[in-house]
Amino acid sequence: MKTHKGSVPFFRKHCGEVMPYRRKRVLTPYVPYVPYLLLALLLTAMSLATYAACPVRGTGDLGIVIERASGSVLVVDTTARKRLARIEGLGDLSHASVVFSRDERYAYVFGRDGGLSKIDLLCGRLDKRVLQAGNSIVGAISQDGSLVAVSNYTPGGVKVFAADSLQLVADLPARDKAGHSSKVVGLVDAPGNKFVYSLYDLGELRIADLSDPAAPVVTTFTDIGRLPYDGLITPDGRNYIAGLFGEDGLALLDLWHPDEGVQRILDGYGRGEEKLPVYKMPHLEGWAVAGRNVFIPAVGHHEVLVVDRYSWKEVARIPVHGQPVFVVARPDGRQVWVNFAHPLNDTVQVIDTQSMQVVHSMQPGDGVLHMEFAPRGEFVWLSVRDIDQVQVYDTESFERIATLEAEKPSGIFFTARAHRTGL
Amino acid sequence: MKQNHYKQLVFCLLAAMVTGSMAAPDTDRQAELLYLLKHDCGSCHGMTRKGGLGPPLLPENLQDQSSELLVNTVLDGRPGTPMPPWRGELSEQDARWLIEAMRRGEGL
Repeated sequence: MKTHKGSVPFFRKHCGEVMPYRRKRVLTPYVPYVPYLLLALLLTAMSLATYAACPVRGTGDLGIVIERASGSVLVVDTTARKRLARIEGLGDLSHASVVFSRDERYAYVFGRDGGLSKIDLLCGRLDKRVLQAGNSIVGAISQDGSLVAVSNYTPGGVKVFAADSLQLVADLPARDKAGHSSKVVGLVDAPGNKFVYSLYDLGELRIADLSDPAAPVVTTFTDIGRLPYDGLITPDGRNYIAGLFGEDGLALLDLWHPDEGVQRILDGYGRGEEKLPVYKMPHLEGWAVAGRNVFIPAVGHHEVLVVDRYSWKEVARIPVHGQPVFVVARPDGRQVWVNFAHPLNDTVQVIDTQSMQVVHSMQPGDGVLHMEFAPRGEFVWLSVRDIDQVQVYDTESFERIATLEAEKPSGIFFTARAHRTGL
Repeated sequence: MKQNHYKQLVFCLLAAMVTGSMAAPDTDRQAELLYLLKHDCGSCHGMTRKGGLGPPLLPENLQDQSSELLVNTVLDGRPGTPMPPWRGELSEQDARWLIEAMRRGEGL
């Protein structure tokens, strides 16, 4: 109380004289500036509104879920396990795939209708979009993150775009000497700002060196095998493997020694057995590896093939529920998860990579189309198309820990892919 | 709408008579077939049937092909290509209905 009483005269003494002085002498001269002050306030409010749409946060735990039938994608938060945004108007997204910018802010979505869309994950909106071909399938981002390549069916070939502006940088047709065009499959990035891809109709493998984007150098390997349907590159960027639909076997190129040419591995793995009708093409995505062993889907057989990564000899064939579509390793390599082709696509199986046996089977629902692991593997997200769900499972207990609604979900892609070669 | 529906019915009945097959699949089966066409055929031929690894299946792509050839392709596949035989999953009647649905551009 004493201090309060005492403070009143103090205020009057010092400020009571100062305030009238300031009102007259200090504030009045600012009156002409009031409109500017209001404008500044308005601009601040606007920037705050922008801030609300584009929060200050990291994007390392975000991802994209493709909604294949509605031409839309979901931006998802894998920590909160929820949807952050839905972006529509991306065209035909059957068989769409995604790569990420190296800062993990942007996702490039490759649509079936040739649409290339750049999504801003942070702000949850479409940044840019170009319709670059009639019919495309897959894309890749260059080692330095400056170029995005798209492989096309119609017209066949690869188009390369600047990652920031989506301006066309290079157009690499897929024709042989006689002028026959081919669909392009299995496009991946490789060290040295290269892209590697296979020509489905012509049975060729090509390396496009974009270290000088203005003058791409394309190296062609012919007769790699009939109907290569997809390709993968090992995470070290050394080996490219193309799966062959037209014959039992895979084509392998050592990118450290391209002069040694393409070599055939697992030749005739299904020999003597009748091949089953294939209702869905398997995919080679990433590298399912545990120690020396690589796990690969067999075409037309209810088997996962295991091959030694150094000798490239067959180690084992693991009987599974159906024809595998995706065979993906948990990032630590302890488990390999497998989904299956129609009509057995309601099931997911888990293989223990040490015993090489199926240790867990589950039925998440009809139409399990894709699986994506957390970067360190503690959970996995599954898309279950026919029941419009994305399900999240703990990979140790196999318990379902979350369910998200999504319209006919297919591919799931997490931003950690940004820092991995070939994804 | 009603007249259209009637035309469709007459068309299907005529088609059934001409081909000597049974009546068209019931409406539940038709819905299943269209779902299969969109999602499973669509994984190679595109959900909008504009083609992919497999050829496009739009009405203009089918107009010069005989129904017999197309039905056989659906039921028995095309050896040497990834087109699998769907016999077992689809009856001849299903296949015929699907071909006609594609010719009409149904579901596009």
